[in-house]
Amino acid sequence: MQLESLYQEIILDHYRNPHHKGLHDPYDAEVRHVNPTCGDEVTLRVTLKDAGPEPAVADISYDALGCSISQASVSVMTDLVIGKPVSEAMTVCEEFLALMKSRGEGEPDEDVLGDAIAFAGVSKYPARIKCALLGWMAWKDATAQAMRTSDPT
Amino acid sequence: MSLDVARIRKDFPILDRTVRGGQPLIYLDSANTSQKPRQVIDALTDFYERHNANIHRATHELSEEATEAYEGARIKAAAFIGAADETEVIFTKNISEGINLVAYSLGNASVAGSAAPGRFRLGPGDEIVVTEMEHHSNLVPWQMLCERTGATLRWFTVSGWDGQLDLTAAGDLINERTKLVALVHQSNVLGTINPVRQIADAAHAVGALVLVDAAQSVPHMPVSVGELGADFLGFTSHKMCGPTGIGVLWGRRELLDEMPPFLGGGEMIETVHMERSSYAPPPHKFEAGTMPIAQAAGLAAAIDYLSEIGLEAVHAHEQKLLGHALTQLAAIDGVKILGPLTPAGRGAAVSFEVDGVHPHDVSQVLDEHGIAVRAGHHCAWPLHRALGVQASTRASFYLYNTVDEVNALAEGIRQAQRFFAVA
Repeated sequence: MQLESLYQEIILDHYRNPHHKGLHDPYDAEVRHVNPTCGDEVTLRVTLKDAGPEPAVADISYDALGCSISQASVSVMTDLVIGKPVSEAMTVCEEFLALMKSRGEGEPDEDVLGDAIAFAGVSKYPARIKCALLGWMAWKDATAQAMRTSDPT
Repeated sequence: MSLDVARIRKDFPILDRTVRGGQPLIYLDSANTSQKPRQVIDALTDFYERHNANIHRATHELSEEATEAYEGARIKAAAFIGAADETEVIFTKNISEGINLVAYSLGNASVAGSAAPGRFRLGPGDEIVVTEMEHHSNLVPWQMLCERTGATLRWFTVSGWDGQLDLTAAGDLINERTKLVALVHQSNVLGTINPVRQIADAAHAVGALVLVDAAQSVPHMPVSVGELGADFLGFTSHKMCGPTGIGVLWGRRELLDEMPPFLGGGEMIETVHMERSSYAPPPHKFEAGTMPIAQAAGLAAAIDYLSEIGLEAVHAHEQKLLGHALTQLAAIDGVKILGPLTPAGRGAAVSFEVDGVHPHDVSQVLDEHGIAVRAGHHCAWPLHRALGVQASTRASFYLYNTVDEVNALAEGIRQAQRFFAVA
């Protein structure tokens, strides 16, 4: 049955027990993203920290309403991204985006994507790709804003 | 008036195909767009194979035939909704464009220096009234018109999950400042059939115009513009067995005569000079450029198809399916239906929530079983917000659906509950 390939156990686990959910203070940037077809939404906060030559992601917190795919995806994203230097985290984000655009043909690199490889099946369902990307796009937007505000130039 | 569903299903080639690995298609998304019978598909093919030409502007035989097909569709559409005559029928690309046509015409009437009669002119202090259960198509154009003119948008609220308009506010909402009341005949989410006549009478008593969104009613039951008391009424071909790309805006002729045009271009003119132009009489005044001609032929075939079966019979069949669906869904623990819980006063679009399972996930499981439904806010976000629902799943029925398909829906919902371990 195809359903199990879409809804892998790891996705259902994150959906039932999301990680890093609940908004934290203080934060560097906050965004609210919405999926206009269903009204699913995420409010996401990012805090950066100085870590050598470039900033790193110190914390992500969020509040979200939505389907299993969107909720699990944002949860997995926080696990992957928190603690990473921003440029490395952006690379992970791009890798995930590429996987979502792969129409089921992608060969995800588990070393880069970790648990997020469980979403490979989503790329076969065009209507669900936006669900999987909701949290990632919110993080990317919030981080870009945080970088701008922290940049003294 | 019972309907031979087995025979009807043979008219719809797509119902023979399988989906998601060989499962029969159970199409419960007709409120979104309906399937097309062979008769409509053949009419489109026949037009392109035998009669294709542009209309109204050539003297050759093909153009005469194409014009006859196009104008013939106008006559059929007029008769289908009880219009006084076919010059009251304007073809648009869909109902959204039909509503925008009225909104932009009123906007054009409202600019400084306009010679349009006062009843079409809006400005600060004037009010447009809609309802909280409108499809975005009958809400956003009015918000935009209010922004352009300074008029104020007001609305009837929905009383709750029973899906009725709160009419106690009618006396306050519809007053001497009201210029237009725009409302949906049958809600695409709740199924509720609104008391259009009652509201139209109140609107007319204060001199306001009435526009009715009939996208969800015209395909499913006999509708008469006269009985509804409408000034404008819109519907769309693709929800009534016809092709996409064409819709109908009906308007009372005396109004269309005085309203300024919406889109400018070829075919909508009377005379053209470099400085200015004058315009053709309705309906052509509102039909700029080459229109969806083959689609008009397809719409005519759809009207013929539905008329031959009879809208009363279609409605009776849907009421039977609806009654069964409401009973079946209400019997599932954790399923909550938006809108009236009995078939009286509602149409066959049933939206519901499943506790603990998001509509996207419900519809994904249903899709896995070959059942096509819609998930989301169904272009009625404010309604969902008013009911405190983020999104819903909607099953909608038409003349080709069966009781077995309703049963499959109920079973599919139970499977979704089991899959997500909420039952």
